[in-house]
Amino acid sequence: MDHIAVVGASLAGLRAAETLRAEGFTGRLSIVGDEPHRPYDRPPLSKQVLTGEWDAERIALPVGAPGRLDAGWLLGRAAVRLDAAARRVTLDDGTVLDADGIVIATGASPRLLPGTDGVAGVHVLRTVDDATALAGALDGARSAVVVGAGFIGSEVAASCRARGVEVVLVEPLPQPLARVLGERVGSVVADLHRRHGVDVRLGVGVEAVTTGATGRPRVTLADGSVLDAEVVVVGIGVIPNTAWLADSGLALDDGVLCDETTLAAPGIVAAGDVARWPNRRFDEVMRVEHWEHALDMAAHAARRLLAEAAGEPGEAYEPVPWFWSDQYDRKIQLAGRPHPDDELAVVAGDLDGDRFCALYGRDGRATAVLGINLAGRVVRYRRALADGLAWDQVLADAEANAAAAPGGA
Amino acid sequence: MRVVVDFDLCESNAVCMGIAPEVFEVRDDDYLYVLQEEPPAELHDRVREAASRCPKQAISLED
Repeated sequence: MDHIAVVGASLAGLRAAETLRAEGFTGRLSIVGDEPHRPYDRPPLSKQVLTGEWDAERIALPVGAPGRLDAGWLLGRAAVRLDAAARRVTLDDGTVLDADGIVIATGASPRLLPGTDGVAGVHVLRTVDDATALAGALDGARSAVVVGAGFIGSEVAASCRARGVEVVLVEPLPQPLARVLGERVGSVVADLHRRHGVDVRLGVGVEAVTTGATGRPRVTLADGSVLDAEVVVVGIGVIPNTAWLADSGLALDDGVLCDETTLAAPGIVAAGDVARWPNRRFDEVMRVEHWEHALDMAAHAARRLLAEAAGEPGEAYEPVPWFWSDQYDRKIQLAGRPHPDDELAVVAGDLDGDRFCALYGRDGRATAVLGINLAGRVVRYRRALADGLAWDQVLADAEANAAAAPGGA
Repeated sequence: MRVVVDFDLCESNAVCMGIAPEVFEVRDDDYLYVLQEEPPAELHDRVREAASRCPKQAISLED
């Protein structure tokens, strides 16, 4: 292979490029990014950047020793077209890249609330420019409405509270994160917000966001209540960035469809938020939007691309997904793939305490581990999950935990 | 190789522990403990991986 084009210059794109070099690829390497910025780290955007604790400069990702990556950077230019058969990428300024190998790592974009286009004071949070704009809007603001109590919405709510901004958090589900963590654990997250003074509105959707009489955004909820705020933040999920691949010849279905090894077509791999692949460990075709996954899948995809070029068989990519979310003084970590109606067993602490570790399970097997302020436990159980953890073992651990608790059996 | 952790940066995400549990351990007090400050050669690759993956860039390696 003489030329590899990495499309996407965020965490996954950068890690793919680094891995290609680390694995001995010495040919031409192009990295395309639609943002004008060098790769940066997104997790602090909803936390330290939003609270003002960190400057935006501090989140730059280390691009490695000077010259080590030896890549041609095409930043501030979006890929608009791919011809998968010809492995030809066209950029929005007309540049054409003919490559032998392509890594697709174009990430995802926030879903917008219908009808909010052009309404002043309505924000989403994905890029550093989004974060800077939102932090600026929160300067001197007294009140915010956060729509969506998922991980981004929850972190934004926490950061607003850290700034002393009053927050109404609106979530159409009966509990925050109910679809991921189930309602019992979701209620723990809701209580956490309430304890920090957030006005949590559950089970109610947004009817409309309009411009109120004062020129500020006005949120009307489905139950008829009206919320006036200086700032509205919408965190209702993301959509994988595949519009540029519409006529590429690649299979698209809520992301770029890859095989179990991350290969999307001959000479083309995908990684990170944009990629969907069958994870055999969970017998599920999944798309994962987490930080650690972007690194892990990108490294795998880069090796896959080189292996294919060398005529070697590809290895299946079968991780146990893992991520964390920092809200207030809580570090929430989840590893695995829980279903909302899985059984739940608490193996350390208790659900209403400051810290706990709980496992999800079904059909005699553990499916996921959740920890709040017990990261080490999550890591140990994650390893056990990878080896296949029997639910009986989890129940034994839960019994031991209950017996050890004050007032336990 | 010598492992140095900047505990002002460390957030106990335990990414390092996931990669090299022989060297890094986050205990129930939620602090990271370095179990081997000078890990043996056979662990160096994984320790380097752990350092490069730390979301806070809190781990540095000295020769």
